[in-house]
Amino acid sequence: MIQAEHLTKAFGPFTAIEDVSFEVRRGEIVGFLGPNGAGKSTTMRILAGVFPPTAGRAIVAGYDVVAEPLRSRRVVGYFPERVSLYLDMTVSEYLRYAARMKEVPSNAREAAMSEAMEATGVQKMAHRIIGTLSKGYRQRVGIAQAIVGRPHVLILDEPTSGLDPEQVAEVRELIRRLRGERTVILSTHILPEVEATCDRVIIINRGRILAVDTPQNLNHRLRQRSRVHLEVRGPEREIVRHLESLPGVLSVECETSREGLVGLAVSTVKDRDMRPEVAASLVAAGWELHEMRTISLSLESIFLSLVSGRPAEEQA
Amino acid sequence: MKTLTVCGRELRSYFTSFVAFALLAVFLVLAGYFFYSDLIFFILFGGFVLPTGLWQYWFLDLRLVTLLVLPLVTMRLFAEERKLGTIELLWTYPVRDVEIVFGKFLAAWLFFLVMLVPTVAGPAAFYYYYEFDLLPLAAAYLGVVLLGTAFVACGMFVSSLTENQVVSAMVTYGLLVFFWFMTWNEEVANEQLISVLLRLSLFDRFFNFTRGVIDTKDVVFFLVFIAFFVFLTILSLGSRKWRGLP
Repeated sequence: MIQAEHLTKAFGPFTAIEDVSFEVRRGEIVGFLGPNGAGKSTTMRILAGVFPPTAGRAIVAGYDVVAEPLRSRRVVGYFPERVSLYLDMTVSEYLRYAARMKEVPSNAREAAMSEAMEATGVQKMAHRIIGTLSKGYRQRVGIAQAIVGRPHVLILDEPTSGLDPEQVAEVRELIRRLRGERTVILSTHILPEVEATCDRVIIINRGRILAVDTPQNLNHRLRQRSRVHLEVRGPEREIVRHLESLPGVLSVECETSREGLVGLAVSTVKDRDMRPEVAASLVAAGWELHEMRTISLSLESIFLSLVSGRPAEEQA
Repeated sequence: MKTLTVCGRELRSYFTSFVAFALLAVFLVLAGYFFYSDLIFFILFGGFVLPTGLWQYWFLDLRLVTLLVLPLVTMRLFAEERKLGTIELLWTYPVRDVEIVFGKFLAAWLFFLVMLVPTVAGPAAFYYYYEFDLLPLAAAYLGVVLLGTAFVACGMFVSSLTENQVVSAMVTYGLLVFFWFMTWNEEVANEQLISVLLRLSLFDRFFNFTRGVIDTKDVVFFLVFIAFFVFLTILSLGSRKWRGLP
């Protein structure tokens, strides 16, 4: 549905993005992840048709955004990073205007407007002047503007920034409801957002793509070693010594020790699941195994490691 | 079609803002005041030839009022969209730059006509007491419409360059006043240069209309001037394609 081919955009001497290539399939929700100034907005603006790339090609729904801008824009709903609304219009007037601009036929316009207002929860504000609305509602009106007329492709630039947690949850829910039906590309610098909503992640930093994968695969790919958290009842030193003696165990750290219950973090080689072995040996030694769980990498640590070029640190 | 959508939104924006009504009021009060004082002056000193008397006095004054008010009408056209960021959204809708420019131009122009229409009240009242030849007056109105349209085109272009409405209005004033005064250089410029400048001066071109004379060359000049600035506005919007937003 969206193809970016070697996109480069330079603003004078400053290169915002360089050689950015990726593909988004129909019905997919893809997250664009990167720190501020990484080139997310620039890429999305190119896809939405705000300005053309300096080099490379962007194809949306089969139309080149530079060669056939009107056709490509017809299928795109765009939510800009800076929420931009006409402050002197009412919500419904604004959405009617947006629907007209997007060529929603006049007999379907009212239905499209109420659908968009309902999806974003702004029906009650339909006759309010946008300038009098709170930031959260303005953001929703902006999203309503993007989805009005059911465009096939949604390009949402930081749709949840500046919202309170409840509103963030609502927007994520809204995006999830679009899954399968529309192709969505959304940007964020907040990691849980991607984990919560996206099928795939594109990680970008300093204008270059660092990784494109599913959140799960990224997690797997970047793990240098596996880590297991254990809680065992027994003598601390002996347990540690015993675990260290097992082949495949790289290190053992004692984290807590309270009333005979020992919390341990065991690092093992990456390619082998050591859990059954560890469990069996502990039980065989006569200690009670109270808890065992894998410590997985958060996207945050994956992200930091990609950006810094160092292996990821595990977190609980 | 989308030209009308853009135009409609723009007009709506004019007529829901206090600023527009203030401008309308200032324009009409000044236009009315000038009509009254010019009429008195004409009756006391002018003689009996309306075109070179009353119409000329009044339309030369209307020229000033138009110059005063129109840059304040056009200043927001693009500057406000840039400031609000809405221009970015406009660029992602399936709409051509030409349609955006025409829509906005049309809106500001219609607003100007709305300002101008009530000024007919003065001559109409006069006509009630003293029937006169309407054609010279029509010519003068054509002149002021062309002059105002030229101001709108110029102001719209300047507005497309900045996101600051004050800057937009000031630069428009600067440009228009320059087009007015550039023929006042007899001391420094030689005769050939003056004759070239005279042809370029909006206000010297306007002068003929006020006397009831429609010269095709003047009409063509205004149309070229308007087309030129509309074209520059389209170029200015298109400049994002090579300049872009940072």
